[in-house]
Amino acid sequence: MEKKLIVTPSPHLKAPKTTSQVMLDVIIALMPAVIAAGIIFGLRALVLIAVCAMSCVVFEYLFCVLLKKPNTTSDLSAVVTGVILGLNLPVTLPIWMAVIGAFIAIVVVKNLFGGLGQNFANPALVGRIVLMVSFAGQMTRWAEPFYYKASEVVTTATPLAVVSAGEGTLPSYLDMFLGVRAGSLGETCVLALLIGFVWLVARRIISPITPIAFVGTVFVCSWLLGLDPLMSIMSGGLLLGAIFMATDYATTPIMPAGKLMFGIGAGLLTVLIRNFAGYPEGVSFGILLMNILTPYFDRWTTKKAFGGGEK
Amino acid sequence: MFGKKQQNHINKRGGVHVAHNKFTAESESVRMPIPAQVVIPLRQHIGAPCTARVKVGDLVKVGQLIGDSEGFVSAPIHASVSGKVTKIGEMVMPQGLSCETVTIESDGQMEPYEGVTPPKIENRQDFLKAIRSSGLVGLGGAGFPTHVKLNPKDLDKIDYLIVNGAECEPYITSDYREMMENSRYVYNGILTAMKYLEVDKAIFGIEDNKPKAIELFTQMFQDHPGVQVMALPAYYPQGAEKVLIYKTTGRVVKEGQLPMDAGVVVMNVTSVSVMHHYIQTGMPLVEKRITVDGSAVKEPKNVIVPIGTRIGDVIEFCGGYKTPPRKLLMGGPMMGTALCDDNFPVIKNNNAILALDSEVVQTQERACMRCGRCVRACPMNLMPLNIDKYYHARNVEDLKRYSPQLCMECGCCSYVCPSKRNLTQTIKLAKGLVSQK
Repeated sequence: MEKKLIVTPSPHLKAPKTTSQVMLDVIIALMPAVIAAGIIFGLRALVLIAVCAMSCVVFEYLFCVLLKKPNTTSDLSAVVTGVILGLNLPVTLPIWMAVIGAFIAIVVVKNLFGGLGQNFANPALVGRIVLMVSFAGQMTRWAEPFYYKASEVVTTATPLAVVSAGEGTLPSYLDMFLGVRAGSLGETCVLALLIGFVWLVARRIISPITPIAFVGTVFVCSWLLGLDPLMSIMSGGLLLGAIFMATDYATTPIMPAGKLMFGIGAGLLTVLIRNFAGYPEGVSFGILLMNILTPYFDRWTTKKAFGGGEK
Repeated sequence: MFGKKQQNHINKRGGVHVAHNKFTAESESVRMPIPAQVVIPLRQHIGAPCTARVKVGDLVKVGQLIGDSEGFVSAPIHASVSGKVTKIGEMVMPQGLSCETVTIESDGQMEPYEGVTPPKIENRQDFLKAIRSSGLVGLGGAGFPTHVKLNPKDLDKIDYLIVNGAECEPYITSDYREMMENSRYVYNGILTAMKYLEVDKAIFGIEDNKPKAIELFTQMFQDHPGVQVMALPAYYPQGAEKVLIYKTTGRVVKEGQLPMDAGVVVMNVTSVSVMHHYIQTGMPLVEKRITVDGSAVKEPKNVIVPIGTRIGDVIEFCGGYKTPPRKLLMGGPMMGTALCDDNFPVIKNNNAILALDSEVVQTQERACMRCGRCVRACPMNLMPLNIDKYYHARNVEDLKRYSPQLCMECGCCSYVCPSKRNLTQTIKLAKGLVSQK
């Protein structure tokens, strides 16, 4: 017994899964969308995503150093935020604007509220919204798919803008599915996002309830409004938002019933904003408003403890 | 809002699948050679601690009373070897409570005490008195005095005896060995307990990773339609009392109540067996079967050990340490207590000694990311992450809404937490905070 024994509280066994492994799984799930962005929008898309991811990590590191807190960058959550933010940007966005988006996401939204798990709104989402409000022109300058093969950048309208304006031509279903359309880097390729979704569900990282409720609500409501429901769910940032942002642990409900409410609520708001408000796209605001309601969903859906008295 | 509409159910998907690691399942129990000295703590049960009934210099024999108490919730303690009392001391038990101890230098004879004769049992009162004299406590781990358990305040309300043969903790096989080696005692013990609890129904719950035991007892009880041998899915914590009661009878033990309020008495299978052994022989509880296992033990096995034997001596008997252990546990890896050295004695409700080396992973707590895995794992439908949050904020009002006192400390939440938070420990502390104010 020359070595001293370790004394800790029970249990003495721990499941092998760690925070960084969970985050790594999310990063893996994002990779198909990143690759698709690289194919559809060229090298600059990859540069933009990499810049976002790196700035997020650097900002988190600096924040920890400045506040003399333990360095939390190894949990990889900043990388996830960065990649999701990057996937939410148009390919033509100036790099420095992307860095501002990363600053808002990591410093303002995440760490000023207490860091991982404490923020009330999705960091990447708010980063995108702030950029959209601040740099409306640059954030809605959509390049044609495969523009990089042409001699000059041709800008065009996104399918939602086409629907909103009521003029222009919509891409075919197949093009929509493969992502050959204008839009944010990661939102266009439905196929890539679905691969990520299957990965996350298969690895038990997320519950499919929120994405299915979210997309299902948009499908049904769009159909009721007389729109093409299939086109509605494939356009805009719906799938990117529903799969990767409406399932963020920190800012969405924990209980299945809460997840269902969140998904339906976000879906309704998305349809309302898309069709009756000034913006062509409503996914970001739909999720953001539901983020704010999340503590209530959690409270309403708390299960009664087994053997517990009336609450 | 929605909470009230829900019925009171257990979390059906709760619990965790932990590797069973029942390596010693087929290792037949061996009796350890008589130790040179035993140190018997006089607090080996829930309730009033005993005080010494012997003096330094007294000669004692196996089964002789050495400690007792006037308290109702208490159980007497007996000498586990014959020899001379050399010291009445005091020690701090691994759980942090201190108690008196009686040290007996063994004479190597193991001479039984003259007073050890089968008790005369004619009625229920005799039976309860006999059980008290046996010193029997709940051997599943809690150490609740058996004579108190078998004497519910409202006997008419009890209609089920539940025998706990789940043994859901990883590594431990001592209950399984009891079932396989002493099946007659288990069988007769169940019938005796049923007789004196005046119930005609009993459910014997065994996890389905012990098919041989299920087959054996199904056969033994085939002429007793009142006794149902129930195979339970093998997952942790199937053997936790409230979980077992729900799984076998569908009944819910309400907050602040005991199983007897739900009309059931739950007994550990080894307790049942030891009870019958006492009725047959009159020898009180002076020895215990212990599973010695873990990667740091040279020869893992099941050992029958006199109460009070130093843990280091038990491990020595199992070939000693293969590698220097990093953690030494009394009990299983999910609920057992980590020891700071191997000088502690074996007590009645001990069922395993684990010396772990490669299994030990030291982890650091990270921030909770609200993934909800702890909520899904909690069999009691609690929200460990919120209890953790409000405990650290010392927010008693909100803590109370999340009922930390219903936690049975099974450890599932800490087990699954990817952020490696010590949730179980925090909930224990939260219980204290809530009950203080």
